[in-house]
Amino acid sequence: MQLAKVVGTVVSTRKNGKLEGAKLLLVQPMTPSGEARGTALLTIDSVGAGIGETVLVVIEGKAAGDALGKKAAAVDAAIIGIVDEIDYRGDL
Amino acid sequence: MQLARVIGEVVAPIKDANLTGTTLLILQPLSTTGEPTGRTLVALDSVGAGVGENVFFVRGREAAFPFYPAEPPTDAAVIGIVDHWDLS
Repeated sequence: MQLAKVVGTVVSTRKNGKLEGAKLLLVQPMTPSGEARGTALLTIDSVGAGIGETVLVVIEGKAAGDALGKKAAAVDAAIIGIVDEIDYRGDL
Repeated sequence: MQLARVIGEVVAPIKDANLTGTTLLILQPLSTTGEPTGRTLVALDSVGAGVGENVFFVRGREAAFPFYPAEPPTDAAVIGIVDHWDLS
């Protein structure tokens, strides 16, 4: 899993049928200390996350499909948790 | 998944039998601000996307799922056309 910040929402009327009703959020992966890292991803939200929140993201197809609750769904990334707090000891 | 713009099409008359009838699109991945980012790639279309449209695509084994029960040998598929996106 990876830490990320929710940075945007995506609206798509015409999409794969398994994604009907799914909430699409853009997230920016980040380091434990909060710096942006790598390219932004489009994810399925399964926990009700909102813009600005720090979240846990799975970047793997099977796990993302499980989070969506649908078998054989064409998804490869999903938000599976909202992070309250990160206790990171960068000096260890 | 990732945002991308469709910047072309590939015609390949000779291809794997499980790719027959599919459309091959050239994608340029986009940043959240709509700027090109990273390398272009070729993806199978599953939603009727066309050149110039903004789309999102899935990578990996799951890219074959929209074509079930066919199992095309692909590692990327366009699964949605983006109407718009909003940033915080």
